[in-house]
Amino acid sequence: MINALWIFMLLVGFIAAAAQGRIELVTEAVFDGAKTGVGVSFGLISVMVFWLGMMRIAEDAKLLEKLAKLLGPIVGFLFPDVPKNHPALGFIMSNMSANLLGLGNAATPMGIRAMQELQKLNPDKETASPAMCTLLAINTASITLIPTTLIAIRMNFNSANPAEIVGTTLIATMIATAAAIIADRWYRNRHAPPAKRSTSPKMPLERTG
Amino acid sequence: MYSIISAISTWAIPAIIVFIPLYAFFRKVPVYESFVEGAKDGFQTSINIIPTLVGMMVAISVFRASGAMDWILGFFKPYLEWMGVPSEVFPLAFLRPITGAGSLAFTTDLIKSYGPDSMIGRIASTIQGSTDTTLYVLTVYFGAVGIRKGRYALKVGLFSDLIGFIAAVMICLFVFS
Repeated sequence: MINALWIFMLLVGFIAAAAQGRIELVTEAVFDGAKTGVGVSFGLISVMVFWLGMMRIAEDAKLLEKLAKLLGPIVGFLFPDVPKNHPALGFIMSNMSANLLGLGNAATPMGIRAMQELQKLNPDKETASPAMCTLLAINTASITLIPTTLIAIRMNFNSANPAEIVGTTLIATMIATAAAIIADRWYRNRHAPPAKRSTSPKMPLERTG
Repeated sequence: MYSIISAISTWAIPAIIVFIPLYAFFRKVPVYESFVEGAKDGFQTSINIIPTLVGMMVAISVFRASGAMDWILGFFKPYLEWMGVPSEVFPLAFLRPITGAGSLAFTTDLIKSYGPDSMIGRIASTIQGSTDTTLYVLTVYFGAVGIRKGRYALKVGLFSDLIGFIAAVMICLFVFS
């Protein structure tokens, strides 16, 4: 689906620009987009270096194991195929807690670290495992207690009550997360029946592309 | 309630940054060496993301700058209006999943034009705050570990964005009117 979406955006963009007789928009947009991509990656370096260092300390002090144990039942439900006490669970928990507190800067490195651990358990290194898909689903919906950026912007424009959207946002984000988890579960079951998961994970994949 | 949670958010990072090394220090972990050892991976991981991120950003940029997004929006407009969604927030339904910075800019603009306490301002704020940028998260998380086939992950992410968008609009119309 990512292939289809990618070519769709490029093709429709090409056609739209051509139809307006402004095909040069495409060229400009390509270099703009490429620049943004590199810029974002470079912007990540500082955050990533710092938080991965921090997380290594937490790992060495066995803090992550504790965190994973503390919240074991939730992760156990969400990630049934990750072995108990696997380091991935600690990173997943710290990623989820960081998201909850709205610490986007810290959440990304922890999420990536969790992905790296899940990748170690993954038999096919190019195809996402069910656990990876679940972690991604949780992060795209990303439950947030306080949308700090939005409150700051509303304050800037002299809102009478900048925080009045906290309640509506919380409900909307919980609904979106629930939808993500349910959809993820549905696909997971459909794509790989538990009995066959280990023997033929590829067959149902090819069918849906 | 808000002030409590907001205080937690502000204090969380400084507190974590002090707590982790302190705890580790008392458990006889060579904290500084551990930090440097872990930090080494940060650079390579960020660099690994460049190809996927450039690929995705280029497509998104072409899609938006060419006016293609507005085209497609026009196609959906009658249906969304029929559902009672203010037409000003439509673009967010498309922008939110594909670009975080783009949708934030758009939301800011709506808040500026219609006021933060207008229905449009409230709906836009709620949409912006309630989900993360699906394409970005997918690109970065999978890109960092070299996953090329995301299976159903994109569908799940976009589905939850759609549900989140509808929920945000409905809840705001219900709560604020």
